[in-house]
Amino acid sequence: MNVAVVFDGVLAAGLVWAAAGALLGRDRYRAVILFIVFGLLMTLAWVRLSAPDIALAEAAIGAGLTGALLLDALGGTTAATAGRARRWMVLPLAVTVAAVLAAVLRALPVRSGPLPDAVSAALPESGVTHPVTAVLLNFRGYDTLLEVAVLLAALLGVLGAVRHAEPVRLASAPVLQAAARVLVPLMMLAAGYLLWAGAHRPGGAFQAAAVLAAAAVLLALVGMISGWGRPSLRLRCAIAAGPLLFLAIAAPLAGRAALLVLPPQHAGLLILLIEAGLTLSLGFLLAGLFLALLRSDPVDTGKR
Amino acid sequence: MSATLLYALTGCALFALGLGATVLVTEPLRRVLAFNVMGSGAFLVFVGLAQRAGVSDPVPQAMVLTGIVVAVAATALALALIRRLERDDDDAR
Repeated sequence: MNVAVVFDGVLAAGLVWAAAGALLGRDRYRAVILFIVFGLLMTLAWVRLSAPDIALAEAAIGAGLTGALLLDALGGTTAATAGRARRWMVLPLAVTVAAVLAAVLRALPVRSGPLPDAVSAALPESGVTHPVTAVLLNFRGYDTLLEVAVLLAALLGVLGAVRHAEPVRLASAPVLQAAARVLVPLMMLAAGYLLWAGAHRPGGAFQAAAVLAAAAVLLALVGMISGWGRPSLRLRCAIAAGPLLFLAIAAPLAGRAALLVLPPQHAGLLILLIEAGLTLSLGFLLAGLFLALLRSDPVDTGKR
Repeated sequence: MSATLLYALTGCALFALGLGATVLVTEPLRRVLAFNVMGSGAFLVFVGLAQRAGVSDPVPQAMVLTGIVVAVAATALALALIRRLERDDDDAR
């Protein structure tokens, strides 16, 4: 039997196993760890689906940042109290949903739509040579613009819901700090590379921002920077800079045929500018999601 | 069965699993996990379905990339709201 087929089968089974363990297991700590394992298995699945951009984002954001958020939340939220009386109603429901979805999926005709060809045809005018970046920043730039707006709204919601009297700072960990002093500059270098590489190969603003955010999470965990109480004016300006730059580039183009159509002769430069701004702002935004939620007593297991 | 179809079908299973768990489990943190598993299932169906003919399709890939970032933002907001809820419960006691 083909090795790839075995690998795909094992990976698919592993995904369902990790998800089931994360959702239905008794122990909450184990559940969060299994969820992180699930994120890493998803990363492998994206590689198998020849989607390296998603794999990078899943590893850094789906498994990394979400995992850090969930581990931090374990200390802050209390354990389950309610029972599982409705179990036998849920099982047939889930099985039916899965069966209907699978049947519909198998009934659909196997042919690729017109979009891959349309993207390759328009790629020379997009200013970049990597199709995913072309879609994200040029052909469907408004998706990305609105996504950043959603992120801003989410951060505002987090800051509004969690009010610290003063910024939380974790205990200083000297050995880990020495490691962080080596790792963080390398992470910033990697972020710069990912930003630049996005024009012609997998990478781009989101992945670069995720690495920057991971660096900030690392610094917070070893006690070198504190969490966010109320973000300072400078921090707020840095967060707003990327979206504002994006809007400033989008505004003069508003009169053209469609929304956010970049002029082909300047598209490469404009995309680089937008991505540089977004990397900075998204890095702060994603880091802020963690830093605003950072708890001073992460070992408290909720027995209050 | 092609590999992409296998992943799309896995996506269906994950979506149903997440949906079932959302109804079954009442613990807020577990519901956030279930919501994320549902999202991952939808992403797998989306990309797997678009690429069944064997051609890599950048449009769903870009949209899933957007989706992952929005999912982490939604997760953080949900965790913040959970913490606020529990704090208010403690205050009320």
